[in-house]
Amino acid sequence: MRQRLAAIGLAGWPLLTFPLLGLPEGNVGGIPMIYLYLFGVWGGLIGLAAWIGERKG
Amino acid sequence: MLSGWFVALVASAYVGLLFAVARYGDARADAGRSIISGNVYALSLAVYCTSWTFYGSVGRATSGGLSFLTIYIGPTLMLLFVGVLIKMLRISKTYRITSIADFIASRYGKSQLLAGLVTVIAVIGIVPYIALQLKAVSASLAVLFGQVDAGVLPWWLDSTLLIAAALALFTVLFGTRHLDATERHEGMVAAIAFESVVKLVAFLAVGLFVTYGMFGGLADVFQRAAAVPELSRLLQLDAMQAGSWASLILLSALAIILLPRQFQIIVVENVDESHLRRAVWLFPLYLLLINIFVLPIALGGLLHFGAQSGYADTFVLTLPMAHGAEALAVLVFIGGLSAATGMVIVETIALSTMVCNDLVMPWLLRSTWINAQKRNDLSGLLIGIRRVAIILILLLGYIYFRVAGEAYALVGIGLISFAAVAQFAPVLFGGMYWKQGTRAGAVAGLVAGFVVWMYTLLLPSFAKSGWIGNGFVEHGLFGVDWLRAQSLFGLRGMDAISHSLWWSLLANFGAYVVVSLNTRPDALEAGQAERFVDVFRRAHRETDSLLWRGQASLGELVRLLERFLGPVRAAQQLGAYAAMRGVDNWQRLAVDADLVQFAEGELAGAIGSASARVMVASVTQEEDLGLEEVLDILDEATQVRAYSKELEAKQQALEVATAELREANERLRELDRMKDDFISTVTHELRTPLTSIRALSEMLHEDPRADLADRKRFLGIIVSEAERLTRLINQILDMAKLESGRAEWTTAEVDLGNVAREAMDSLGQLYRDKDVALSGEIPDSGPVVMADRDRLVQVMINLLSNAVKFVATGTGAVKVTVSTDAGMVRVSVADNGPGLTADECSVIFEKFRQGGNTMTDKPQGTGLGLPISRQIVEYFGGALWVESQPGAGANFIFTVPLPAADE
Repeated sequence: MRQRLAAIGLAGWPLLTFPLLGLPEGNVGGIPMIYLYLFGVWGGLIGLAAWIGERKG
Repeated sequence: MLSGWFVALVASAYVGLLFAVARYGDARADAGRSIISGNVYALSLAVYCTSWTFYGSVGRATSGGLSFLTIYIGPTLMLLFVGVLIKMLRISKTYRITSIADFIASRYGKSQLLAGLVTVIAVIGIVPYIALQLKAVSASLAVLFGQVDAGVLPWWLDSTLLIAAALALFTVLFGTRHLDATERHEGMVAAIAFESVVKLVAFLAVGLFVTYGMFGGLADVFQRAAAVPELSRLLQLDAMQAGSWASLILLSALAIILLPRQFQIIVVENVDESHLRRAVWLFPLYLLLINIFVLPIALGGLLHFGAQSGYADTFVLTLPMAHGAEALAVLVFIGGLSAATGMVIVETIALSTMVCNDLVMPWLLRSTWINAQKRNDLSGLLIGIRRVAIILILLLGYIYFRVAGEAYALVGIGLISFAAVAQFAPVLFGGMYWKQGTRAGAVAGLVAGFVVWMYTLLLPSFAKSGWIGNGFVEHGLFGVDWLRAQSLFGLRGMDAISHSLWWSLLANFGAYVVVSLNTRPDALEAGQAERFVDVFRRAHRETDSLLWRGQASLGELVRLLERFLGPVRAAQQLGAYAAMRGVDNWQRLAVDADLVQFAEGELAGAIGSASARVMVASVTQEEDLGLEEVLDILDEATQVRAYSKELEAKQQALEVATAELREANERLRELDRMKDDFISTVTHELRTPLTSIRALSEMLHEDPRADLADRKRFLGIIVSEAERLTRLINQILDMAKLESGRAEWTTAEVDLGNVAREAMDSLGQLYRDKDVALSGEIPDSGPVVMADRDRLVQVMINLLSNAVKFVATGTGAVKVTVSTDAGMVRVSVADNGPGLTADECSVIFEKFRQGGNTMTDKPQGTGLGLPISRQIVEYFGGALWVESQPGAGANFIFTVPLPAADE
């Protein structure tokens, strides 16, 4: 479990820093893409961590 | 406008509620039914979100857009490295660590110097942060009353001081319940978790109000902001921020562990390591939720009040008030109050422990006054010191708040504080994973980092506030250009925080590593390094005992414990320890290294590891173990560990080998039994024809006057029985050769069609004699395989002669088919005889087992033909089996692989 969580942490760093953050542009349904991207990726990491953290064993 | 009395009432009621929650938490803890679950633990971590988050995030968003999120993404990523946290927890619990200063000091040889240094850095970095919380409360009150003095209080008493006093009272009551600082304050933690819920609810409420009440939803806010040129830049990230974005994530990732209040909550207040499983996602989720509406509120405020409108930090209050939602404004005020109070409470507890144990105690233990009172119970004094420290820290925060006012040095302190505690990172993480780090290295690193932080961040913030000249910022110290405080050595293009973080961590890390590598640790340091780095691998008690040698008296140790823990608690702890050692009365405890370790551990929980070391050393005559000796002991312990691991591995290998041997033995016995069976069967089979030969020969011998016809008949039987005997012996010899692998094989190209035809020809007479139809479906030439021709003929003849034995005379029919299929030649011999049951299908391939009822019928063969045939076919890589059902005839099939192409 520790390794899996750490792997998510390591993957999160490049996903939530530049230069990848320079990619999302424009709007989706009036909401800036970057706003959706940041909260989406962040939420995704949390979801993964919850899935791994709460599994049995 | 809200009445002053009403707000005062609500605030008092809220603080009263906090007291009640804390009281309840403590009562439950005392009753042994803790209310601290994984959820409560995770929520209490949200003490990270102070009023700087609650009010300040919106302010940051109005100038920096989404960059405020870095402060919350960093902790999310850091928590995922749960292994690091678990190691910290394990070390802290094993060695009774009371604070981050204690942790660092304990690692580097229980150094009082280091403990003091860390405490000083923490106090300098954090007290202004406490002041900022008080300021936030004061500012929110001002907004609530519309800048008008509500006239509730006399002029000499302001509301912020009242709040500070209430907080001091709360902290004194719930933060210093026990003398043992490693003991948890469950009531306080419960209250903090409760406050976390309140501030989240309040912030979400105002977020929903602004986004959906004042505007038409998220998209509406963003679209209207995008239409204003000054605001549209807040909606996108600027690639220019790449550097500061990354450094802020790093900074906040460090802060979530290194801020004294976070260390207190994550490590000291942790009840159960498994709570981390919940915290690792629930706390980040909390951070995400509290941040969703920050940008919409910031944009909403700017749209509503105009881009140049005064104080963006209070948008969360001014927006609801501008729309007459006063109840919501009060809720937000309570939310902000909870954010501020939570931080202040935990931070003061953490700082007061550090100040008491690491600044006051060392000084006190050296003073003559305390030594004069040698017999006295000091536990009350200790608690008193901590309480005074709490009050002083809060007072200091309050004074700083009054003095600094609107100065930048206060407003910008959030990240400046983070950068201060980030200086603990190299020595803390280095200490957990690097045994070579020494005390001298740690001191050098901390001092270097602290000095650079002060010069590049704290002093410039003072200069910006106009308290000191800003010459060193503008032109460099003494006018030296490359010493300009915020572009040291000409480093430009970064914001002040990143600039300072970069230089201070570089200096810190560099000094720590270089000095560590060039100094030798003393014995105590080397021992502590081993204990910290290998905390998971060590059976620490044994080695710990080896590392202490000397003489002590039980009386002295007990007196020491009674002095600092109080007689009641000392007796209680000694009793528990004696029970663990299996001694019924602690007065009969043997004075050994283990007892001394125990006493030092108990003291460490009360007065910190550094002071505990000094106190224990003062009552015992310790032998000074040299560094070499300590290293030898540790080395030996490591080796013993390695040997025992090796031994374990060898034992396992041995067990595996034993199991294998047992299995082999079992197989051998089975083979032995089979051999016995075989011999008895063979002798039985040989005796049957011999018996009839002998009986008939005797009859001929004893009765010379027998008929010629009888004689002829008898001699015929004798001849055929002798033939059978010969055949049997030949087959047994054949079988033996095949099984022992001594059979002679010739391998050549064999046309299987030819083989089948030859076998059919040679048995043609037999079939005609019995009037059985024999037909074939065989290609004119081929297929060709690599095999021994004579052996394959033997197999064919065996199958054909078996078939003819079992079919009925007249109506019997046998058909031979040769075909190729998937790289194999397939030969089948099908008859229309009585067929075989499923059992018989496997049994007939065993030696001496025949089809039909062998008990009643005359045996029709030797019982070795099929086993031999199977051996032959398998030798060439094929298989022999039978497909049959009772009454439906039998189909014997064998396959031989075709040679691979081009070979």
